[in-house]
Amino acid sequence: MASPSEAAQGGAPASGALLSAADVSRVVDRMAHQLIERAAAANPGSDDGGLAALVLVGIPTRGAPLARRLAARIEAFSGVPVDVGTVDITLYRDDLRLRGVRALEPTLLPDAGIDGRLVVLVDDVLFSGRSVRAALDALRDLGRPRSVQLAVLVDRGHRELPIRADFVGKNVPTSRTQQVKVHLAEVDGDDEVLLTEGAPGGRAAEEGAQ
Amino acid sequence: MKRHLLEAADLDRADATLVLDTAAQIDAALAGREVKKLPTLRGRTVVNLFYEDSTRTRISFELAAKRLSADVINFSAKGSSVSKGESLKDTALTLEAMGSDAIVVRHSASPHRLAHWVRGSVVNAGDGTHEHPTQALLDAYTIRQRLGRLEGVRVAIVGDVLHSRVARSNVRLLHTLGAEVIVVAPPTLIPVGVGSWPVEVSYDLDSVLPKVDVVMMLRVQAERMNASFFPSAREYSRRYGLDAPRMAALADDAIVMHPGPMNRGMEIAAEVADSVRSTIVEQVANGVSVRMAVLYLLLGGNEPA
Repeated sequence: MASPSEAAQGGAPASGALLSAADVSRVVDRMAHQLIERAAAANPGSDDGGLAALVLVGIPTRGAPLARRLAARIEAFSGVPVDVGTVDITLYRDDLRLRGVRALEPTLLPDAGIDGRLVVLVDDVLFSGRSVRAALDALRDLGRPRSVQLAVLVDRGHRELPIRADFVGKNVPTSRTQQVKVHLAEVDGDDEVLLTEGAPGGRAAEEGAQ
Repeated sequence: MKRHLLEAADLDRADATLVLDTAAQIDAALAGREVKKLPTLRGRTVVNLFYEDSTRTRISFELAAKRLSADVINFSAKGSSVSKGESLKDTALTLEAMGSDAIVVRHSASPHRLAHWVRGSVVNAGDGTHEHPTQALLDAYTIRQRLGRLEGVRVAIVGDVLHSRVARSNVRLLHTLGAEVIVVAPPTLIPVGVGSWPVEVSYDLDSVLPKVDVVMMLRVQAERMNASFFPSAREYSRRYGLDAPRMAALADDAIVMHPGPMNRGMEIAAEVADSVRSTIVEQVANGVSVRMAVLYLLLGGNEPA
Protein backbone atom coordinates (compact mmCIF):
# COMPACT_ATOMS: atom_id res chain seq x y z
CA MET A 1 0.00 0.00 0.00
CA ALA A 2 1.15 3.51 -0.72
CA SER A 3 2.22 5.55 2.23
CA PRO A 4 0.71 9.04 2.44
CA SER A 5 4.00 10.80 1.68
CA GLU A 6 4.68 8.78 -1.50
CA ALA A 7 1.10 9.04 -2.65
CA ALA A 8 1.47 12.79 -2.41
CA GLN A 9 4.50 12.60 -4.72
CA GLY A 10 2.46 11.39 -7.66
CA GLY A 11 0.36 8.38 -6.75
CA ALA A 12 3.04 5.74 -7.23
CA PRO A 13 2.83 2.80 -4.84
CA ALA A 14 5.64 2.02 -2.42
CA SER A 15 8.28 -0.39 -3.54
CA GLY A 16 7.87 -4.06 -2.70
CA ALA A 17 6.32 -7.17 -4.18
CA LEU A 18 3.57 -6.47 -6.73
CA LEU A 19 2.79 -10.08 -7.60
CA SER A 20 3.73 -13.29 -5.81
CA ALA A 21 4.34 -16.60 -7.60
CA ALA A 22 0.70 -17.60 -7.02
CA ASP A 23 -0.45 -14.20 -8.35
CA VAL A 24 1.65 -14.61 -11.49
CA SER A 25 0.13 -17.99 -12.29
CA ARG A 26 -3.41 -16.64 -11.62
CA VAL A 27 -2.77 -13.67 -13.89
CA VAL A 28 -1.38 -15.89 -16.65
CA ASP A 29 -4.46 -18.13 -16.38
CA ARG A 30 -6.77 -15.13 -16.66
CA MET A 31 -4.92 -13.79 -19.67
CA ALA A 32 -5.11 -17.23 -21.31
CA HIS A 33 -8.90 -17.22 -20.85
CA GLN A 34 -9.12 -13.72 -22.31
CA LEU A 35 -7.07 -14.79 -25.34
CA ILE A 36 -9.40 -17.77 -25.88
CA GLU A 37 -12.48 -15.52 -25.67
CA ARG A 38 -11.02 -12.92 -28.02
CA ALA A 39 -9.95 -15.55 -30.57
CA ALA A 40 -13.44 -17.08 -30.52
CA ALA A 41 -15.08 -13.68 -30.95
CA ALA A 42 -12.85 -12.93 -33.94
CA ASN A 43 -13.71 -16.25 -35.62
CA PRO A 44 -17.32 -17.04 -34.75
CA GLY A 45 -18.40 -20.57 -35.54
CA SER A 46 -14.96 -22.07 -36.25
CA ASP A 47 -14.27 -25.58 -34.91
CA ASP A 48 -11.11 -24.66 -33.05
CA GLY A 49 -12.46 -21.45 -31.54
CA GLY A 50 -10.21 -19.39 -33.82
CA LEU A 51 -7.13 -20.68 -32.01
CA ALA A 52 -5.54 -22.19 -35.14
CA ALA A 53 -5.13 -18.66 -36.48
CA LEU A 54 -3.49 -17.47 -33.25
CA VAL A 55 0.31 -17.11 -32.90
CA LEU A 56 1.84 -15.98 -29.61
CA VAL A 57 5.11 -14.18 -30.28
CA GLY A 58 7.29 -13.45 -27.26
CA ILE A 59 9.79 -10.59 -27.09
CA PRO A 60 13.01 -11.85 -25.45
CA THR A 61 14.14 -12.09 -22.79
CA ARG A 62 11.10 -12.65 -20.56
CA GLY A 63 8.36 -12.29 -23.14
CA ALA A 64 9.52 -15.58 -24.69
CA PRO A 65 8.85 -17.88 -21.68
CA LEU A 66 5.69 -15.87 -20.95
CA ALA A 67 4.37 -16.62 -24.45
CA ARG A 68 5.14 -20.33 -23.97
CA ARG A 69 3.28 -20.35 -20.64
CA LEU A 70 0.25 -18.62 -22.13
CA ALA A 71 0.20 -21.15 -24.97
CA ALA A 72 0.42 -24.06 -22.50
CA ARG A 73 -2.46 -22.67 -20.43
CA ILE A 74 -4.59 -22.02 -23.53
CA GLU A 75 -4.05 -25.62 -24.59
CA ALA A 76 -4.89 -26.84 -21.09
CA PHE A 77 -8.16 -24.86 -21.02
CA SER A 78 -9.31 -25.36 -24.63
CA GLY A 79 -7.57 -28.56 -25.75
CA VAL A 80 -6.29 -26.81 -28.87
CA PRO A 81 -2.50 -26.40 -29.32
CA VAL A 82 -1.38 -22.86 -30.12
CA ASP A 83 1.66 -21.81 -32.16
CA VAL A 84 4.41 -19.94 -30.30
CA GLY A 85 7.40 -17.95 -31.56
CA THR A 86 9.95 -15.39 -30.47
CA VAL A 87 11.15 -12.24 -32.19
CA ASP A 88 14.41 -10.66 -31.09
CA ILE A 89 14.14 -6.91 -31.51
CA THR A 90 17.75 -5.91 -30.78
CA LEU A 91 18.59 -5.23 -34.43
CA TYR A 92 15.45 -3.07 -34.72
CA ARG A 93 15.99 -0.85 -31.68
CA ASP A 94 16.22 2.91 -32.14
CA ASP A 95 18.50 3.36 -29.12
CA LEU A 96 21.45 1.10 -30.01
CA ARG A 97 23.72 4.09 -30.34
CA LEU A 98 22.85 5.26 -26.85
CA ARG A 99 22.94 1.94 -25.06
CA GLY A 100 25.52 -0.09 -26.92
CA VAL A 101 25.36 -3.44 -28.63
CA ARG A 102 24.21 -6.52 -26.82
CA ALA A 103 24.12 -10.22 -27.54
CA LEU A 104 21.23 -11.30 -29.74
CA GLU A 105 18.48 -13.70 -28.72
CA PRO A 106 16.82 -16.21 -31.03
CA THR A 107 14.11 -15.31 -33.53
CA LEU A 108 11.95 -18.37 -34.10
CA LEU A 109 8.64 -18.47 -35.90
CA PRO A 110 6.27 -21.42 -36.27
CA ASP A 111 6.62 -23.34 -39.54
CA ALA A 112 3.26 -22.03 -40.72
CA GLY A 113 4.59 -18.47 -40.45
CA ILE A 114 2.55 -15.43 -39.50
CA ASP A 115 0.99 -14.43 -42.83
CA GLY A 116 -2.74 -13.86 -42.51
CA ARG A 117 -2.82 -14.94 -38.86
CA LEU A 118 -3.65 -13.24 -35.56
CA VAL A 119 -0.33 -12.40 -33.93
CA VAL A 120 -0.28 -11.53 -30.24
CA LEU A 121 3.00 -9.98 -29.13
CA VAL A 122 3.88 -10.95 -25.57
CA ASP A 123 6.17 -8.95 -23.28
CA ASP A 124 6.73 -8.73 -19.55
CA VAL A 125 6.54 -4.96 -18.95
CA LEU A 126 4.99 -2.22 -21.07
CA PHE A 127 6.72 1.10 -20.38
CA SER A 128 7.71 3.59 -23.08
CA GLY A 129 6.34 1.44 -25.92
CA ARG A 130 9.62 1.53 -27.82
CA SER A 131 10.21 -2.21 -27.55
CA VAL A 132 6.76 -2.82 -29.02
CA ARG A 133 7.42 -0.39 -31.87
CA ALA A 134 10.68 -2.26 -32.63
CA ALA A 135 8.78 -5.56 -32.52
CA LEU A 136 6.19 -4.22 -34.97
CA ASP A 137 9.02 -3.20 -37.32
CA ALA A 138 10.50 -6.71 -37.02
CA LEU A 139 7.13 -8.35 -37.71
CA ARG A 140 6.73 -6.27 -40.85
CA ASP A 141 9.90 -7.87 -42.22
CA LEU A 142 8.77 -11.36 -41.24
CA GLY A 143 5.37 -11.44 -42.88
CA ARG A 144 1.94 -9.87 -43.03
CA PRO A 145 -0.30 -10.86 -40.13
CA ARG A 146 -4.05 -10.28 -40.41
CA SER A 147 -3.83 -8.34 -37.18
CA VAL A 148 -1.40 -7.77 -34.34
CA GLN A 149 -2.34 -7.44 -30.68
CA LEU A 150 -0.29 -6.95 -27.54
CA ALA A 151 -0.31 -8.85 -24.24
CA VAL A 152 1.80 -7.71 -21.27
CA LEU A 153 2.13 -8.98 -17.74
CA VAL A 154 2.55 -5.48 -16.27
CA ASP A 155 1.59 -2.09 -17.71
CA ARG A 156 3.49 0.57 -15.76
CA GLY A 157 2.45 3.63 -17.76
CA HIS A 158 4.71 6.44 -19.06
CA ARG A 159 4.14 5.72 -22.74
CA GLU A 160 6.22 7.69 -25.24
CA LEU A 161 4.39 6.35 -28.29
CA PRO A 162 0.71 5.86 -29.19
CA ILE A 163 0.69 2.18 -28.20
CA ARG A 164 -1.63 0.35 -25.81
CA ALA A 165 -1.94 -3.26 -24.70
CA ASP A 166 -4.94 -5.45 -25.62
CA PHE A 167 -4.36 -7.85 -22.71
CA VAL A 168 -2.92 -6.60 -19.42
CA GLY A 169 -2.05 -8.80 -16.45
CA LYS A 170 -1.78 -5.93 -13.98
CA ASN A 171 -1.86 -2.16 -14.28
CA VAL A 172 0.66 -0.53 -11.96
CA PRO A 173 0.93 3.24 -11.60
CA THR A 174 4.63 4.01 -11.12
CA SER A 175 6.95 6.96 -10.99
CA ARG A 176 9.62 7.18 -13.69
CA THR A 177 12.43 6.60 -11.22
CA GLN A 178 11.01 3.29 -10.04
CA GLN A 179 11.83 -0.06 -11.63
CA VAL A 180 9.45 -2.91 -12.32
CA LYS A 181 11.34 -6.19 -12.14
CA VAL A 182 9.65 -9.28 -13.50
CA HIS A 183 11.20 -12.59 -12.47
CA LEU A 184 10.15 -15.75 -14.26
CA ALA A 185 11.25 -19.23 -13.23
CA GLU A 186 12.60 -20.05 -16.72
CA VAL A 187 15.03 -17.10 -16.59
CA ASP A 188 15.45 -16.09 -12.95
CA GLY A 189 14.63 -19.23 -11.02
CA ASP A 190 11.45 -17.93 -9.40
CA ASP A 191 8.15 -16.19 -10.27
CA GLU A 192 7.77 -12.72 -8.83
CA VAL A 193 7.08 -9.11 -9.80
CA LEU A 194 8.83 -6.42 -7.76
CA LEU A 195 8.66 -2.66 -7.67
CA THR A 196 11.94 -1.06 -6.59
CA GLU A 197 13.24 2.46 -6.30
CA GLY A 198 15.54 3.15 -9.25
CA ALA A 199 19.12 4.29 -9.18
CA PRO A 200 19.58 8.07 -9.01
CA GLY A 201 19.28 9.70 -12.40
CA GLY A 202 16.55 7.45 -13.70
CA ARG A 203 18.72 5.88 -16.42
CA ALA A 204 18.87 2.52 -14.71
CA ALA A 205 15.12 2.59 -14.26
CA GLU A 206 14.59 2.92 -18.00
CA GLU A 207 17.03 0.14 -18.77
CA GLY A 208 15.47 -2.14 -16.22
CA ALA A 209 12.03 -1.84 -17.68
CA GLN A 210 12.56 -1.93 -21.41
CA MET B 1 35.00 -5.74 -28.32
CA LYS B 2 37.76 -3.38 -29.33
CA ARG B 3 36.94 -0.57 -31.75
CA HIS B 4 38.89 -2.16 -34.60
CA LEU B 5 39.31 -5.69 -35.91
CA LEU B 6 42.86 -5.78 -37.23
CA GLU B 7 44.05 -9.28 -36.37
CA ALA B 8 42.71 -12.45 -34.85
CA ALA B 9 44.55 -11.66 -31.61
CA ASP B 10 42.21 -8.66 -31.11
CA LEU B 11 39.55 -11.18 -30.10
CA ASP B 12 39.67 -12.99 -26.78
CA ARG B 13 37.62 -16.10 -26.34
CA ALA B 14 34.54 -14.24 -25.09
CA ASP B 15 34.61 -11.75 -27.99
CA ALA B 16 35.15 -14.45 -30.61
CA THR B 17 32.31 -16.51 -29.18
CA LEU B 18 30.09 -13.42 -29.14
CA VAL B 19 30.78 -12.87 -32.86
CA LEU B 20 29.96 -16.50 -33.68
CA ASP B 21 26.80 -16.50 -31.55
CA THR B 22 25.66 -13.20 -33.07
CA ALA B 23 26.24 -14.56 -36.58
CA ALA B 24 24.22 -17.66 -35.71
CA GLN B 25 21.30 -15.55 -34.45
CA ILE B 26 21.41 -13.34 -37.54
CA ASP B 27 21.45 -16.46 -39.71
CA ALA B 28 18.45 -17.89 -37.91
CA ALA B 29 16.59 -14.58 -37.97
CA LEU B 30 17.06 -14.14 -41.72
CA ALA B 31 16.54 -17.77 -42.75
CA GLY B 32 13.61 -18.17 -45.10
CA ARG B 33 12.74 -14.48 -45.07
CA GLU B 34 11.70 -12.60 -48.17
CA VAL B 35 13.14 -9.34 -46.87
CA LYS B 36 16.76 -10.17 -46.04
CA LYS B 37 17.44 -6.78 -44.57
CA LEU B 38 17.72 -5.36 -41.07
CA PRO B 39 17.52 -1.65 -40.17
CA THR B 40 20.32 -1.81 -37.59
CA LEU B 41 22.98 0.37 -39.25
CA ARG B 42 20.66 2.80 -41.02
CA GLY B 43 22.49 6.05 -41.65
CA ARG B 44 25.97 4.59 -41.13
CA THR B 45 28.50 4.55 -43.94
CA VAL B 46 30.95 1.73 -44.56
CA VAL B 47 33.80 2.24 -47.02
CA ASN B 48 35.39 -0.77 -48.69
CA LEU B 49 38.95 0.39 -49.35
CA PHE B 50 40.60 -2.23 -51.52
CA TYR B 51 44.19 -1.87 -52.70
CA GLU B 52 44.46 -5.53 -53.73
CA ASP B 53 42.21 -7.63 -55.91
CA SER B 54 39.31 -9.40 -54.29
CA THR B 55 36.00 -10.84 -55.37
CA ARG B 56 34.45 -12.72 -52.51
CA THR B 57 35.72 -10.67 -49.59
CA ARG B 58 34.69 -7.32 -51.06
CA ILE B 59 31.28 -8.55 -52.19
CA SER B 60 30.77 -10.34 -48.88
CA PHE B 61 31.50 -7.17 -46.88
CA GLU B 62 29.34 -5.13 -49.23
CA LEU B 63 26.40 -7.53 -48.84
CA ALA B 64 26.87 -7.67 -45.07
CA ALA B 65 26.80 -3.89 -44.75
CA LYS B 66 23.82 -3.55 -47.10
CA ARG B 67 21.82 -6.21 -45.27
CA LEU B 68 22.26 -4.10 -42.14
CA SER B 69 21.04 -1.04 -44.08
CA ALA B 70 24.39 0.78 -43.99
CA ASP B 71 25.41 2.86 -46.99
CA VAL B 72 28.39 1.29 -48.78
CA ILE B 73 31.08 3.00 -50.79
CA ASN B 74 33.34 0.73 -52.81
CA PHE B 75 36.78 2.04 -53.48
CA SER B 76 39.39 0.18 -55.43
CA ALA B 77 42.82 1.65 -55.98
CA LYS B 78 42.63 1.16 -59.73
CA GLY B 79 40.92 4.12 -61.34
CA SER B 80 41.13 6.37 -58.27
CA SER B 81 43.33 9.21 -57.06
CA VAL B 82 45.75 6.56 -55.84
CA SER B 83 46.96 6.29 -59.42
CA LYS B 84 47.65 10.05 -59.20
CA GLY B 85 49.90 9.37 -56.22
CA GLU B 86 47.59 10.00 -53.25
CA SER B 87 48.82 8.29 -50.08
CA LEU B 88 46.77 5.82 -48.04
CA LYS B 89 46.57 8.34 -45.20
CA ASP B 90 45.23 11.15 -47.37
CA THR B 91 42.79 8.80 -49.04
CA ALA B 92 41.51 7.60 -45.67
CA LEU B 93 41.21 11.12 -44.25
CA THR B 94 39.34 12.19 -47.38
CA LEU B 95 36.88 9.33 -47.00
CA GLU B 96 36.40 10.09 -43.33
CA ALA B 97 35.85 13.78 -44.02
CA MET B 98 32.98 12.68 -46.25
CA GLY B 99 31.44 10.92 -43.27
CA SER B 100 32.47 7.26 -43.24
CA ASP B 101 31.91 5.42 -39.96
CA ALA B 102 33.95 2.33 -40.77
CA ILE B 103 36.68 1.44 -43.21
CA VAL B 104 37.08 -2.13 -44.43
CA VAL B 105 40.60 -2.20 -45.78
CA ARG B 106 42.62 -4.58 -47.90
CA HIS B 107 46.14 -3.23 -48.14
CA SER B 108 49.42 -5.10 -48.11
CA ALA B 109 50.79 -3.40 -45.00
CA SER B 110 48.80 -0.78 -43.25
CA PRO B 111 45.55 -1.53 -41.39
CA HIS B 112 47.22 -0.84 -38.03
CA ARG B 113 48.51 2.56 -39.12
CA LEU B 114 45.17 3.38 -40.69
CA ALA B 115 43.53 2.70 -37.34
CA HIS B 116 45.65 5.47 -35.78
CA TRP B 117 44.72 8.00 -38.43
CA VAL B 118 40.94 7.71 -38.47
CA ARG B 119 38.30 8.04 -35.76
CA GLY B 120 35.95 5.37 -37.08
CA SER B 121 36.36 1.59 -36.92
CA VAL B 122 38.85 -0.22 -39.14
CA VAL B 123 38.33 -3.83 -40.23
CA ASN B 124 41.25 -5.67 -41.79
CA ALA B 125 40.06 -7.51 -44.90
CA GLY B 126 43.48 -9.03 -45.60
CA ASP B 127 46.86 -7.34 -45.31
CA GLY B 128 49.37 -9.05 -47.55
CA THR B 129 50.69 -12.22 -45.95
CA HIS B 130 49.82 -11.16 -42.36
CA GLU B 131 46.22 -11.53 -41.24
CA HIS B 132 42.65 -11.98 -42.46
CA PRO B 133 40.60 -12.10 -39.26
CA THR B 134 37.08 -12.27 -40.73
CA GLN B 135 38.11 -15.30 -42.82
CA ALA B 136 39.23 -17.04 -39.62
CA LEU B 137 35.92 -16.13 -37.97
CA LEU B 138 33.87 -17.54 -40.82
CA ASP B 139 36.00 -20.70 -40.85
CA ALA B 140 35.49 -21.16 -37.10
CA TYR B 141 31.77 -20.53 -37.58
CA THR B 142 31.61 -23.15 -40.34
CA ILE B 143 33.46 -25.73 -38.22
CA ARG B 144 31.14 -25.11 -35.29
CA GLN B 145 28.09 -25.34 -37.53
CA ARG B 146 29.18 -28.67 -39.06
CA LEU B 147 30.77 -30.38 -36.05
CA GLY B 148 28.82 -28.69 -33.26
CA ARG B 149 31.91 -27.66 -31.30
CA LEU B 150 35.35 -26.06 -31.51
CA GLU B 151 36.89 -27.15 -28.21
CA GLY B 152 39.25 -30.04 -28.89
CA VAL B 153 38.60 -30.15 -32.63
CA ARG B 154 41.75 -31.14 -34.55
CA VAL B 155 42.39 -28.99 -37.62
CA ALA B 156 45.06 -29.59 -40.27
CA ILE B 157 46.02 -26.47 -42.24
CA VAL B 158 47.69 -27.69 -45.41
CA GLY B 159 49.76 -25.87 -48.00
CA ASP B 160 51.43 -22.52 -48.39
CA VAL B 161 51.48 -21.55 -44.71
CA LEU B 162 54.42 -19.20 -45.32
CA HIS B 163 52.43 -16.75 -47.43
CA SER B 164 48.99 -17.38 -46.01
CA ARG B 165 47.19 -14.70 -44.01
CA VAL B 166 44.32 -17.18 -43.76
CA ALA B 167 46.61 -19.65 -41.98
CA ARG B 168 48.00 -17.03 -39.59
CA SER B 169 44.59 -15.76 -38.53
CA ASN B 170 43.15 -19.27 -38.28
CA VAL B 171 46.02 -20.56 -36.13
CA ARG B 172 45.52 -17.70 -33.69
CA LEU B 173 41.73 -17.77 -33.57
CA LEU B 174 41.34 -21.56 -33.46
CA HIS B 175 43.85 -21.67 -30.62
CA THR B 176 41.85 -18.97 -28.77
CA LEU B 177 38.72 -21.06 -29.22
CA GLY B 178 40.30 -24.27 -27.93
CA ALA B 179 40.94 -26.19 -31.16
CA GLU B 180 44.22 -27.98 -31.89
CA VAL B 181 46.01 -27.03 -35.09
CA ILE B 182 48.53 -28.99 -37.17
CA VAL B 183 50.19 -27.16 -40.06
CA VAL B 184 51.22 -29.40 -42.93
CA ALA B 185 53.49 -28.15 -45.72
CA PRO B 186 56.80 -28.68 -47.46
CA PRO B 187 59.64 -27.32 -45.26
CA THR B 188 60.17 -24.44 -47.69
CA LEU B 189 56.61 -23.19 -47.11
CA ILE B 190 56.73 -23.26 -43.28
CA PRO B 191 57.60 -19.86 -41.77
CA VAL B 192 60.83 -19.61 -39.77
CA GLY B 193 59.02 -18.37 -36.68
CA VAL B 194 56.61 -21.31 -36.52
CA GLY B 195 58.23 -22.45 -33.27
CA SER B 196 56.42 -19.65 -31.45
CA TRP B 197 53.00 -20.61 -32.88
CA PRO B 198 50.66 -22.77 -30.81
CA VAL B 199 50.72 -25.55 -33.43
CA GLU B 200 52.16 -28.93 -34.33
CA VAL B 201 54.17 -29.05 -37.58
CA SER B 202 54.17 -31.95 -40.02
CA TYR B 203 55.66 -32.47 -43.47
CA ASP B 204 53.67 -35.62 -44.17
CA LEU B 205 50.04 -35.14 -45.17
CA ASP B 206 49.21 -38.86 -45.28
CA SER B 207 50.16 -39.45 -41.65
CA VAL B 208 48.05 -36.48 -40.49
CA LEU B 209 44.80 -37.10 -42.38
CA PRO B 210 43.44 -40.06 -40.33
CA LYS B 211 43.62 -38.18 -37.02
CA VAL B 212 41.99 -34.82 -37.83
CA ASP B 213 38.39 -33.56 -37.85
CA VAL B 214 39.00 -30.72 -40.32
CA VAL B 215 41.33 -30.37 -43.31
CA MET B 216 41.77 -26.78 -44.41
CA MET B 217 43.47 -26.60 -47.81
CA LEU B 218 45.27 -23.37 -48.66
CA ARG B 219 45.51 -21.93 -52.13
CA VAL B 220 48.88 -22.20 -53.85
CA GLN B 221 49.43 -18.52 -54.44
CA ALA B 222 51.03 -18.43 -57.86
CA GLU B 223 51.48 -14.65 -57.55
CA ARG B 224 53.71 -15.12 -54.51
CA MET B 225 55.69 -18.12 -55.81
CA ASN B 226 58.69 -15.99 -56.77
CA ALA B 227 61.33 -18.42 -55.50
CA SER B 228 61.65 -22.17 -55.97
CA PHE B 229 59.53 -23.26 -53.01
CA PHE B 230 58.80 -26.62 -54.60
CA PRO B 231 60.16 -28.43 -57.67
CA SER B 232 57.02 -28.38 -59.80
CA ALA B 233 53.26 -27.99 -59.56
CA ARG B 234 52.81 -31.70 -60.24
CA GLU B 235 55.26 -32.64 -57.52
CA TYR B 236 53.45 -30.37 -55.05
CA SER B 237 50.05 -31.70 -56.04
CA ARG B 238 51.23 -35.32 -55.67
CA ARG B 239 52.58 -34.81 -52.15
CA TYR B 240 50.29 -32.12 -50.68
CA GLY B 241 47.18 -32.06 -52.87
CA LEU B 242 43.95 -33.50 -51.50
CA ASP B 243 42.57 -36.05 -53.96
CA ALA B 244 39.89 -38.70 -53.63
CA PRO B 245 42.16 -41.52 -52.33
CA ARG B 246 43.54 -39.22 -49.65
CA MET B 247 40.05 -38.04 -48.73
CA ALA B 248 39.12 -41.70 -48.13
CA ALA B 249 41.70 -41.78 -45.32
CA LEU B 250 39.75 -39.16 -43.35
CA ALA B 251 37.52 -39.99 -40.41
CA ASP B 252 33.85 -40.47 -41.31
CA ASP B 253 32.59 -37.06 -40.21
CA ALA B 254 35.69 -35.04 -41.07
CA ILE B 255 35.19 -31.98 -43.28
CA VAL B 256 37.24 -30.34 -46.03
CA MET B 257 37.57 -26.56 -46.17
CA HIS B 258 39.10 -24.11 -48.62
CA PRO B 259 39.07 -20.31 -48.32
CA GLY B 260 38.88 -19.86 -52.09
CA PRO B 261 39.65 -19.10 -54.80
CA MET B 262 40.50 -22.74 -55.55
CA ASN B 263 43.00 -24.16 -58.01
CA ARG B 264 41.10 -27.32 -58.90
CA GLY B 265 43.51 -30.15 -59.62
CA MET B 266 46.36 -28.38 -57.81
CA GLU B 267 45.85 -28.32 -54.04
CA ILE B 268 42.38 -29.84 -54.20
CA ALA B 269 40.87 -32.30 -56.67
CA ALA B 270 37.55 -31.42 -58.27
CA GLU B 271 35.77 -34.48 -56.84
CA VAL B 272 36.93 -33.49 -53.34
CA ALA B 273 35.81 -29.89 -53.74
CA ASP B 274 32.37 -31.06 -54.85
CA SER B 275 31.97 -33.85 -52.27
CA VAL B 276 29.60 -33.83 -49.31
CA ARG B 277 32.56 -33.29 -46.98
CA SER B 278 33.37 -29.99 -48.65
CA THR B 279 32.16 -26.85 -46.87
CA ILE B 280 33.45 -24.46 -49.52
CA VAL B 281 30.05 -23.09 -50.53
CA GLU B 282 28.90 -22.87 -46.90
CA GLN B 283 32.02 -20.89 -46.06
CA VAL B 284 31.05 -18.26 -48.61
CA ALA B 285 27.48 -18.04 -47.31
CA ASN B 286 28.65 -17.94 -43.70
CA GLY B 287 31.06 -15.14 -44.57
CA VAL B 288 28.16 -12.73 -45.03
CA SER B 289 26.58 -13.61 -41.66
CA VAL B 290 29.88 -13.41 -39.80
CA ARG B 291 30.72 -10.04 -41.36
CA MET B 292 27.24 -8.76 -40.46
CA ALA B 293 27.97 -9.79 -36.88
CA VAL B 294 31.34 -8.01 -36.92
CA LEU B 295 29.88 -4.80 -38.38
CA TYR B 296 26.99 -4.87 -35.91
CA LEU B 297 29.26 -5.38 -32.92
CA LEU B 298 31.77 -2.72 -34.03
CA LEU B 299 29.34 -0.10 -35.30
CA GLY B 300 25.96 -0.81 -33.75
CA GLY B 301 26.58 0.65 -30.35
CA ASN B 302 29.12 3.40 -30.27
CA GLU B 303 28.20 7.01 -30.85
CA PRO B 304 29.61 8.31 -34.11
CA ALA B 305 33.07 9.56 -33.20
